[in-house]
Amino acid sequence: MAHAESVAPAPAHPEVAFVVNGAPAAVHAHPMSRLLDVLREDLHLFGTKEGCGEGECGACSVFVDGVLVNSCLVPVCQVAGARIETIEGMSAHPRLRVLQEAFVRDGGAQCGICTPGMLMAAAALVQVDTDADEATIRTALAGNLCRCTGYVRIVDAVVHALAELRAADAGGTP
Amino acid sequence: MHDGGWVGRSVQRREGSDKVNGKLAYIDDLSLPGMLHGVTVRSPVARARIRGISFGPGVPWEEVVVVGPADLPGPNVVKLIDVDQPLLADGEVRHCDEPILLLAHADKAVAERARAAVVLDLEPLPAVFDLDAAIRGDVVVWGKDNLFREYRVAHGDVDAALSEPDVIVLEGTYETGAQEQMYIEPQGMIAEFDPEHGVTVRGSLQCPYYVHAALVALFELPPERIRVIQATTGGGFGGKEEYPSIIAAHAAVLARKAGRPVKMIYDRVEDVMATTKRHPSRTVVRTAVRPDGTLVALDLDFVIDGGAYLTLSPVVLSRGTIHAAGPYRWPHVRLRARAIATSHPPHGAFRGFGAPQSVFAIERHLDRVATRLGIDPAELRRRNLLRQGDRTAVGQLITEPVDLDLVLDRALAMSNWTETRARFEAENGAGGPLRRGLGLAFFYHGAGFTGAGEVHLASVAHTEITAEGRLRVLAASTEIGQGTNTIFAQIAADASGVAIEGVDVVQPDTEFVPNSGPTVASRTTMVVGRLVGEASRALRVRLVEAGLLDDRSDASDAFAAAARAYVARHGVLRTQASYRPPEGIAWDEKNFQGDAYAAYAWAAYVAEVTVDLRSAEVRVDDFVAVQEAGRIVNPTLAAGQIEGGVAQGIGWAIYERVVWKDGRVRNPQMTNYIIPTAVDTPRIRVEFVPPFAGDAAPCKGIGELPMDGPAPAILAAVGHATGTEPVAIPMLPEQLLTILEESRHGAR
Ligand code: FES
Ligand code: FES
Repeated sequence: MAHAESVAPAPAHPEVAFVVNGAPAAVHAHPMSRLLDVLREDLHLFGTKEGCGEGECGACSVFVDGVLVNSCLVPVCQVAGARIETIEGMSAHPRLRVLQEAFVRDGGAQCGICTPGMLMAAAALVQVDTDADEATIRTALAGNLCRCTGYVRIVDAVVHALAELRAADAGGTP
Repeated sequence: MHDGGWVGRSVQRREGSDKVNGKLAYIDDLSLPGMLHGVTVRSPVARARIRGISFGPGVPWEEVVVVGPADLPGPNVVKLIDVDQPLLADGEVRHCDEPILLLAHADKAVAERARAAVVLDLEPLPAVFDLDAAIRGDVVVWGKDNLFREYRVAHGDVDAALSEPDVIVLEGTYETGAQEQMYIEPQGMIAEFDPEHGVTVRGSLQCPYYVHAALVALFELPPERIRVIQATTGGGFGGKEEYPSIIAAHAAVLARKAGRPVKMIYDRVEDVMATTKRHPSRTVVRTAVRPDGTLVALDLDFVIDGGAYLTLSPVVLSRGTIHAAGPYRWPHVRLRARAIATSHPPHGAFRGFGAPQSVFAIERHLDRVATRLGIDPAELRRRNLLRQGDRTAVGQLITEPVDLDLVLDRALAMSNWTETRARFEAENGAGGPLRRGLGLAFFYHGAGFTGAGEVHLASVAHTEITAEGRLRVLAASTEIGQGTNTIFAQIAADASGVAIEGVDVVQPDTEFVPNSGPTVASRTTMVVGRLVGEASRALRVRLVEAGLLDDRSDASDAFAAAARAYVARHGVLRTQASYRPPEGIAWDEKNFQGDAYAAYAWAAYVAEVTVDLRSAEVRVDDFVAVQEAGRIVNPTLAAGQIEGGVAQGIGWAIYERVVWKDGRVRNPQMTNYIIPTAVDTPRIRVEFVPPFAGDAAPCKGIGELPMDGPAPAILAAVGHATGTEPVAIPMLPEQLLTILEESRHGAR
């Protein structure tokens, strides 16, 4: 079975251009289309998930110009010219790969539906505060719902990834 | 015999790397060429006669595929225990959000517009939402008395025991609310229909062969012309046990009429409003206890709200009944259990399946008994715990060398029970707005289907070797996050001697995998895992018999080499294992007596809470979960099951409230039905004590166990913190505020 075919672009819609995971992208979409739908249906980036469609679950989290957002709440017209990062691009970043590997090792992903969004939220923390303690980590993840794990192993994964990154920083490894 | 030592190790989740890279295709990530989007028109009222359906303006109706009851290829029935539930309401609706009509269009937005433009002419009929009104028969909505099922259990002489002079009699009523599974991936299916090949559905589901049976019955086609494929599934917790059959049937009949594939994905609101939830319950408990804490008699009345159709309520009721007396010795027992019909949407499977409800009641009650007697709640349990040679309330002989003191002692030690309780009591006595408390629950959970259920299921698992020397596991057990793929690979590797990297666990697809039964009832590792092991071992035996493998060899490549040689010489080799009941196991369904479950896991959970008296908010600060669950195949995955279950239990106890109005869910969103976040859950400390039956002990199911203990432990802790006796969940701040106010008035 193939992934979704492109919905035929309605020529009436203006082009919106932006950068996704480092590569230029352009879509013809209604300006108020949700970024979530554009990523999934137009660009076939299905790693970004929909759990609620109203900004509560965080499964649709992506970065827009370095800021963590719920893509179900962002109209595509707002991202013209922006740099967007999704889960599909995460492993290209060595420091974030550390986080992904910790999730696998520690059992931070069960059913996996919350995992891309959860990793995005964790990535936002990793980039600003490698000294975060458990309470800070939990607060950073509070916008992302997981129904499987009870969060224990997700938090553990972030704790372990941060420790690894601190050690690498101290040792001068990139 | 070879033992690769994979079982018992925290082998990494097989699909972990794909999950952290967003690479797996869940149902909403899939599309088929020419696919339409299907939607469901539902009833806005609980009970009504359908007088007419009309199609409003603003919709290109000639482009919309419309399916009503007359378009179904076979009986208009959801095939479960009974045949009372229609796939599409015909003539009468019996609950809110019951499906009435199906629509499909290539453009999802048009399909949605069409749904909104359907005008239903409904003549309201009397409905019933209150359990007592339904029991009284004020309005009869099912059968002649609204009684789906009743079970009775009795031994000893309860009435005589209750009137003995030296016993303390205590009565209480305990209530639990509905709970939404709230898997983060809503339900969905894609169906194809081909007049020659039949029906193919893919979807988010727990039980491929349940969906298969439903479609066979509906399309009246031979089984081989119905194919059900599980897509990667984003959580289930029971919520994807029975309802997926309905969505699959709906999508399939639309596909048949349209002649094109149809995708049906529920959004969150529709999923919460229309699909099943945990049964609400009410339990009245009366006990006779000696002053030293010895339990003498239990008289218990357990009632669950089944909703408008029978669905799985009888089996939920059965599990709740069997667990209602707890893991204690009761010389005299009388249990009465009823599943009642109301006009709510049908309640259904949710982790624990009736047991969390009755365990909540008995554990809260025993806490109140302890308070009356002035005995420590842990000590009261200890004096009455089952021992080897005792019988449960339904007469099952405990043959396992259980050491429940060990389980209790570990939980008390890890929570520093005695000192912490004393310290909190002293601190609380000093006044102040923050009160702290420690509460305990002790419980057991039977794994696998109840009674003769596993015999009737007659599960089968296959294994085979490929030309490349790989071992393939073929079973219908689904990976829904709990780790099925990884655990089956560990078991198969150990049993066959193949390296774990040489095992493939095939994605459930009824065209290829045999019927291993449903992925429910904590049965996957214990029941199906055992079959996977037997079939894998049989492969090894065949390779040895063929002279291709030295049975003493444990070189990890020896199996693969032998397998390649075998296939080259003789062709494919496949083995199968079928369920055989453990010896000497007998269940008397009529009298509700005997060996209810093949195995029980045993647990003691301790919750530590802070209550803010000003806001009546409860925080769970610490949680200790100690259990014996036989041999643990994968400690990380097993602990993950416990932690996830505990978090759901915390939600059920103090966060998650389904608000009903006239039988309709009024808070069907994640913004107003609140599940715990990372800041609402504590560090959950999990321990598995060594198996009672020794290191070679078999596995026991653990998926549901952790749902039973948190709610009673948390309410006990709140009671300890505040000097009250909360008896109902969910207990949100507004409920606790009322309890605190009442206790202040009472104290005056
Ligand atoms: S789908 Fe965007 S927050 Fe839930
Ligand atoms: S892993 Fe399933 S929702 Fe988080």
